[in-house]
Amino acid sequence: MRMAELVMGIVMGVFSLYLMWKSAELPIGWIAGEGPGGGAWPFWLAAGMLVCCIAIVIRWAKRITPQSRSEDPFMTSRTFRLFLLNAGSLIGMVALFHIVGAYGAIPAFLIFYLRFMGGHTWRLTGAFAFVTPIVTFLFFEIALQKTLPKGITDPWFEPVFAFFY
Amino acid sequence: MDVLPLLINGFIIAFEPLNLMLIVLGCAVGLFIGAMPGLGSVNGVAILLPMTFLVPPTGAIIFLGAIYYGAMYGGAISSIMLGIPGASTAVATTFDGRPMALQGHADKALIAAATASFVGGSVGVILFTLFAPPLAEVALTFGAPEIFSLMLMAFATFVGLGGDDIPKTLFSIFIGLVFGAVGLDIISGEPRLIFGGIPGFFHGINFLVLAIGIYGIAEMLWTIEVSQGKVMISQATVSYQRTMAALRELLTTWKTMLMGSFLGYFVGILPAAGATPGALMAYGVAKTMAKDPETYGKGNINGIVAPETANNAASTGAMLPMLTLGIPGSPTTAILLGGMVIWGLEPGPRVFTDHPDFVWGFIASLYAANLFALLINVAFIPAFIWVLRLPFTILAPIIFILCIVGGFVPTMDMHDVWLMLVFGTGGYMMRKLDYPMAPAVLAIVLGPLAEPALRQSLLISGGSFGIFFTRPFASVIMSLALFLILLPVMKIIYDRIKKPAAVK
Repeated sequence: MRMAELVMGIVMGVFSLYLMWKSAELPIGWIAGEGPGGGAWPFWLAAGMLVCCIAIVIRWAKRITPQSRSEDPFMTSRTFRLFLLNAGSLIGMVALFHIVGAYGAIPAFLIFYLRFMGGHTWRLTGAFAFVTPIVTFLFFEIALQKTLPKGITDPWFEPVFAFFY
Repeated sequence: MDVLPLLINGFIIAFEPLNLMLIVLGCAVGLFIGAMPGLGSVNGVAILLPMTFLVPPTGAIIFLGAIYYGAMYGGAISSIMLGIPGASTAVATTFDGRPMALQGHADKALIAAATASFVGGSVGVILFTLFAPPLAEVALTFGAPEIFSLMLMAFATFVGLGGDDIPKTLFSIFIGLVFGAVGLDIISGEPRLIFGGIPGFFHGINFLVLAIGIYGIAEMLWTIEVSQGKVMISQATVSYQRTMAALRELLTTWKTMLMGSFLGYFVGILPAAGATPGALMAYGVAKTMAKDPETYGKGNINGIVAPETANNAASTGAMLPMLTLGIPGSPTTAILLGGMVIWGLEPGPRVFTDHPDFVWGFIASLYAANLFALLINVAFIPAFIWVLRLPFTILAPIIFILCIVGGFVPTMDMHDVWLMLVFGTGGYMMRKLDYPMAPAVLAIVLGPLAEPALRQSLLISGGSFGIFFTRPFASVIMSLALFLILLPVMKIIYDRIKKPAAVK
């Protein structure tokens, strides 16, 4: 935990410097008749972030915060595995949105999560994997008229939309 | 402003069939969300806000307000039945609710929580009705310097009263404000902070992307981590006789109910405070005032009544600055405020004059939501217990899917979904290191309103910050804000002076 506190402080400090540099691409000083330049607001906010990061690192060095004194691991191996499985499956689902669209990605995610992570029966998994995309389609595409990404499955939906409209 | 005719008109709007249906649905959904361990009103409102595009703004805010109320009621259910707070606002309910459930009085604890929530919510909404119009009238005279001072005070309360690590709190505020500045500069129209010309950043970072990332994805990852162990669910027997006996016993707690309601309401108005400290303070005061403080923590019914009245009253109190000043009093109201912007309304006192149907329909709906939440809560106790028995491996993927689709719908841009995942995983890591996340969400909502207010103020004054100290309202608010910002520093200095004296 102690190391994680330091790493987070340094990474965020570097990010603050990057934000200051990007903000300074616009004027950060006073422009006559216009007031503060467009970059002033984010520049000084990012500078504030940097000051906070310096304070966080100083407090880490002085062992003031509980995290800076903690010798516990940031993540146990079990927590890390859980995090990887959950975050990884989410990333996989979002990536699949681009390829097979929402209605391919959602069942794939549910099958992985319910069957392989949750250890549920194929019957329950199949029921959720079948019903969830249908409910999602009816609510978002038909009721809200918000089109979700369909990827390569786009042509398959033409007859479905023809049925509803 | 004559309140009664406006309120009656509000009731007519709230009781339109569609709005009434939204109240009932919102309460039921909110109750289920609030009952799930780790999820509270803020998660429910953040995840479900994109679903409100189907209905007009009045219906949308009524629906979200009902979810907010429902979730405040629901938080107590898992606190009592599982010993795990449904949300941070229900932490104090666990202290006496869980022991009562383990003693075989789960039904009494649940009824006490529901009734206390109803009383707290009712007192809160009555105070809200009385205070909102005069406050809005005063706020109508505010210009850019007053608005900026108010926003600074909202952030200052997190520093002065938040109780979290100060540098991390400030960092959270700054990063939220920077994210709010991404996109096109409001005056010159030039792109700024678009990170190498990535097209998705040109439209800015939608506050929902950050809110769902933090309160959806990060919260679920956190809940999955902390709920690795198994939980034991208590049994509850609900019958007419037992319900009536519980209600009779509750009559003896009227003093605690009133104390919790008033305390919760006024704590709820403060932006950094809200329902969680309100509930904890009410519990502390009830215990201090009690003749039998030793019974607290062992199943004293007052130990449920105090936090439950307070957290419901606080949730209504948090809406007062949101509607009248355009300053949210809690993370949930920050998301509601962002919703108002999405629905095309300008948050602040002008909504009272420009959109009275919206405001008064919403206020009247709170009365109805309070009643429906009570009825649904009591009627569906067995259903909530059934839901709590569902394995988390079924609930989690459904919530994840809602988050992903909910993150896509507002802008219809996959860039925002990826960004939400980054915020979700980053927010989870930062939460593990005790970075408070609520200030960041408040900041991304208020940032796009604060920047023009500051720039206009400085333009009026020719670049002098003195403008914040020469106008009566602005100077009072700004002085308060500066006092709150300096409060932790003064405390450190005071402690250092006091320590050597104590040693001597």
